[in-house]
Amino acid sequence: MSADLLSVSGLTKRFSRGGKAFAALDGVDFAIAPGETLALVGPSGSGKSTVARCILRLVEPDAGKIRFEGQDLLDLRGAALRSMRARLQMVFQDPLAAFNPRATVARLINDPLRIHDVARRAERPAAIASLLERVGLSPDLATRHVHEISGGQRQRVAIARAIATKPRLIVLDEAVSALDVSVRADVLKLLKALQDEDGLAYLFITHDLGVVRAVADRVAVMDAGRIVEQGAPSQIIGAPSSATARALVAAAPRLLGSETV
Amino acid sequence: MSRLFLRSPEAVAGTIILALLVAMALAAPWLFPRDPLAIAGPAMLPPFQDWTIPLGTDRLGRDVLSGLFHGARTSLAVGLAAAATSIVVGVLVGTIAGFAGGWVDEVLMRVTDAFQTVPGFLLALAFVSVAGPSLGVVVVAIALGAWTQPARITRAEVLSIRERDYVAGARVIGMHPAEIAFREVLPNALPPVLALSSVIVAAAVLTEAALSFLGLGDPNRVTWGGMIAEGRAVLRSAPFLSIVPGIALVLTVLGVYLVGEGAVEASAVKRGNA
Repeated sequence: MSADLLSVSGLTKRFSRGGKAFAALDGVDFAIAPGETLALVGPSGSGKSTVARCILRLVEPDAGKIRFEGQDLLDLRGAALRSMRARLQMVFQDPLAAFNPRATVARLINDPLRIHDVARRAERPAAIASLLERVGLSPDLATRHVHEISGGQRQRVAIARAIATKPRLIVLDEAVSALDVSVRADVLKLLKALQDEDGLAYLFITHDLGVVRAVADRVAVMDAGRIVEQGAPSQIIGAPSSATARALVAAAPRLLGSETV
Repeated sequence: MSRLFLRSPEAVAGTIILALLVAMALAAPWLFPRDPLAIAGPAMLPPFQDWTIPLGTDRLGRDVLSGLFHGARTSLAVGLAAAATSIVVGVLVGTIAGFAGGWVDEVLMRVTDAFQTVPGFLLALAFVSVAGPSLGVVVVAIALGAWTQPARITRAEVLSIRERDYVAGARVIGMHPAEIAFREVLPNALPPVLALSSVIVAAAVLTEAALSFLGLGDPNRVTWGGMIAEGRAVLRSAPFLSIVPGIALVLTVLGVYLVGEGAVEASAVKRGNA
């Protein structure tokens, strides 16, 4: 277990809606090794995003443990928590909502560089340009506002922002779901390339089994706040043992069609 | 934005009125270099009799037109300064309360309630009578009653913005909470407050006039409220002494409202198109 980059055990989170408490997470356990991609799949409402938000400390879990690089994440407060964030990043589903509507591309990428002191002020424009190039964008885009660029470009900017501090794990919460198919394939390719270059680990949250097959080393299937099945993608997609996984596979006819081609 | 703004006739009318007022205020020291409180001619001279004193004189023989011009300075300066102060204070309090939440929010909002339960004018009156009438004190006095509304609006806006993904995104990259509050959240919470600013400026101009009318304005400056009060004693024999500054006051408030209205409409149209 100590070799794991991230290990989550017994993660529990209850929300109350309409006066009734319900468990969004009910004892979630999983681990991610360095450089590995774990896909977390499940129907909507199964608690996938709550897992992401707990790991990023955007939501405080009620119980459970999260260890990252051997450190207890839930123990961190204030400045220690903020400096840890350099190594644990996230890409949101809708990049338009995840960016300050007034920001320019340069400012978005500049923020992590400035906050974590990655580059000095004078070196930052060059650092921004090279990050944009790494994610396959023209450095000329730096002066644009976020609403002036396309959805695919925005998600690349989000990835550039996430890798700016050289993290070891990036949580991708439905990061490619909002993109159209051709753009999605390019962004997945980019993520794969970045992983090969930097040894990044991904927690890939999705409901799209096609994406899972393309990127995942391992898959964890979630339903109703629990992990119901874990295993290799070929095993989960080819021979799902849980009802949830079977339903997910059955709901993805496109995937079966593409397999036969 | 500016083209949209100038398309509505109200906004154009308001802009013209305000431009004239600002021109009056700026031109006052050149057109009327003499002290507007000094005697300029015979007392109670009616308007349009002597063309060196076109609007006549008051009970003490002071030039009414000169008073009007110099009064525009005071009215605009106090109105704008008081509105700016109350908006800055209100936005800061609202942002901190909304973003911090918990007991900080409770304390700040109970203080806001306390200020809001006392009528603003009473608060201003009490403050000026204790601190003594001077321009700075009048500005603070007016702001005391006016900051609560921007504070409430900002807080409501911040409460909705802080749940947005880009605030979560700022936390994820490790931004300090104070920076998130003031750099990410506050600028996006401003538009509804700025829409309110014309109302606040107009109210501040009126409050200043009311304070001066009651003799609580800065005694070393001409104010429209002071002129109206001065003319009240001779309202039957020389009604123009109250009517002239009264018209100036009405036009000012109207101009500010119209410009504010036009700006809100233009931004609404712009947002609708986007």
